[in-house]
Amino acid sequence: MSDNADIYENPVRNSRYGLSLFAVYLLLYGGFMYLNAFKPLTMASTPFGGVNLAILYGLFLIVAAFVLALIYMYLCRTQTGEAK
Amino acid sequence: MAIGVFCVFVGIVLGISFFLGRKAKSAQGYFAAHGQIHWFVNGIAFAGDYLSAASFLGICGMIAFYGFDGFLYSIGFLAGWIVALFVVAEPLKKLGRYTFADALDSRFNSRGIKLSAAISTLVVSIFYLIPQMVGAGTLVTPLFNLPHEVGVIMVGIVVVVIVVTAGMVSTTWVQFIKGSLLVIFCTVLTVMILQRGFSTQYTIDGKETTQPFIRVKASAFDLATRGTILPAEGAWSGKPYVRVKNTAGVVSVWRKDGDLISETQTALESGGKKIFNGSSEGKLRTIGHVNKLPDGKTSTGPMGPAEFFTTLQHSEIMLWSSEKIIEPEGTTTIYFQNPTSGADIMVPGRAPIFKGIRDETQIYPKLDFLSLMLALFCGTASLPHILIRYYTVKDQASVRKSTVVGIASIGFFYVLTLFLGLGAMTSGALNVANSNMSAPLLAKSFGDLPFAVISAIAFTTVLGTVSGLIMAASGAVAHDLMTNFLKMDLDDNAKIRAGKIAAVVVGAIAMVLGIVFQKVNVSFLVGWAFNIAASANLPALVMLLFWKGTTKQGITAAIWVGMLSSLGWILLSADTYKDVYQLDLNVYKPLVPFSQPAIVTIPLGFLVLTVVSLFTQQSGTAEAVAREQKSLASV
Repeated sequence: MSDNADIYENPVRNSRYGLSLFAVYLLLYGGFMYLNAFKPLTMASTPFGGVNLAILYGLFLIVAAFVLALIYMYLCRTQTGEAK
Repeated sequence: MAIGVFCVFVGIVLGISFFLGRKAKSAQGYFAAHGQIHWFVNGIAFAGDYLSAASFLGICGMIAFYGFDGFLYSIGFLAGWIVALFVVAEPLKKLGRYTFADALDSRFNSRGIKLSAAISTLVVSIFYLIPQMVGAGTLVTPLFNLPHEVGVIMVGIVVVVIVVTAGMVSTTWVQFIKGSLLVIFCTVLTVMILQRGFSTQYTIDGKETTQPFIRVKASAFDLATRGTILPAEGAWSGKPYVRVKNTAGVVSVWRKDGDLISETQTALESGGKKIFNGSSEGKLRTIGHVNKLPDGKTSTGPMGPAEFFTTLQHSEIMLWSSEKIIEPEGTTTIYFQNPTSGADIMVPGRAPIFKGIRDETQIYPKLDFLSLMLALFCGTASLPHILIRYYTVKDQASVRKSTVVGIASIGFFYVLTLFLGLGAMTSGALNVANSNMSAPLLAKSFGDLPFAVISAIAFTTVLGTVSGLIMAASGAVAHDLMTNFLKMDLDDNAKIRAGKIAAVVVGAIAMVLGIVFQKVNVSFLVGWAFNIAASANLPALVMLLFWKGTTKQGITAAIWVGMLSSLGWILLSADTYKDVYQLDLNVYKPLVPFSQPAIVTIPLGFLVLTVVSLFTQQSGTAEAVAREQKSLASV
């Protein structure tokens, strides 16, 4: 990749993808915080596997951040061989 | 042996980073590592930069003492990276050169923006530096038996040497090595925790026991056999405690709890001296025991990650609470046993800072909680020492890739904090008076070698983050303030020299503050830094990127208002009254309704920016500035 690889970038497209994925995560994060603040008792329920919702949702938020980041990297790939 | 392993470890980390760092040859080399760091190295260095003493020591300690609440910090700290990656990273890389002030000012050439952005960088960096230095002091004290001050000064000197030698290049390598070590060794520790499983058997002074501390029916236990019962006078009257003085003159304190009587531990602070458990040779005994396992088992053996959580949810753990008794001759902190069901430990709202969310009748504690979570979410993308890392790679694709590597390694580490914290909670090795030491003490429960290694890693953790912060502050002074704001005509060498002098001065300030603030909780101070960063920097960054009508006056006003309002709010809040000024909240009412400002001050920043920009459309937008410059050029 040459030093001026940025000329292959499409900032408008990237920013559109970025904001959409950001909105998705904001909903997930906001939902978690809403439950914690206003429905703390639901966090003790054990939806599956015997592990409670607090732990499951918390771990899910961490994994979701990584998955969305991978999706973003894939969507924003340029034609110069990045993200093969 | 611990000290030897520690020194070898720290020495190797420094040696490698100096070797790889060698000498930065230009200002771009010093401040931005020539923009040539490989994206993978930069990604791990993000983790090394970001996972500070608060993440490692603070979160593990909070989980070990209160359970799930500490994990809320993990989630918030990680979620912030989503804002960084999806909203600010790429435009910031495109617009700036060395610092985030460059990016903010890229279209305006405004001295107001340069000054306000540089000051906010300095304020946030210094607030973030204090807890790191306090953490360093906390670590060195038990390991080397050295006073807190020595730990702070050690870190200060080592970091200034790292930064002054080769700036961002050596800083990057220290962070890369530290990030790798932290994640690898915490993974090893987690495997060891799962292999060990839980047990209700403990060996105390060579004897097997299932009950390390006495807690029995009062009717079956006669305190008078232990010595003379002291009368409940003064501050002790009306309290659920009985003091017993034995024949050797040692006073023990017992707590009445329904029809039970239980052993406590005490720390008496009197005239600058500390007396533990009633005698000058006394020591606090270690805590962190499983009372009951499900189905009456005494030990579980090795277990998988899901089984680890479900078993804990159905167990009973002996947590400890504390109460202070204040008398003229000194303050006694009583630590008492508080058996807690695992189900209660694994949900939010046990820690003092989050207790209010379980109270259905009050709204302010809930707002306080949401405000902190908002600060963590918005703060990451506004932290100057994180933002400068976007200038160390060559292009936007590398920015994206290194952020994804950063999110992967940081996210993985935060998952581990849950195992480390809960493992520490049940390790039987904790110090009841110091939650910050929980992670190293957990390692100690596996032996002296793991303890030495984890302590050394915790120390390099502080080194990595502190060097990033001092680099950010050094860039703000030499590049933003001296070169751009004061328009001093510095060539490359003079600029590097100015950056190095700034690093030495900021390092010295950090050392002094680390000593002054030594008693204040580490996570609490990091919360301040996130609140101030998010309130001062985020509105300006986001509006610059997404609203063409943003003016230079709007940006400047938003930074000042966001910084001063969040700082002012913090200084007038209940947490600060209690923990920093040591005031009695029943006498002195705090002036703000809850302690975390972000939920008010971030929207305020956006509002100020919008209003000021609307009033200054004629002169302040990027277009107006460009027009003016064109007409000047044509004259």
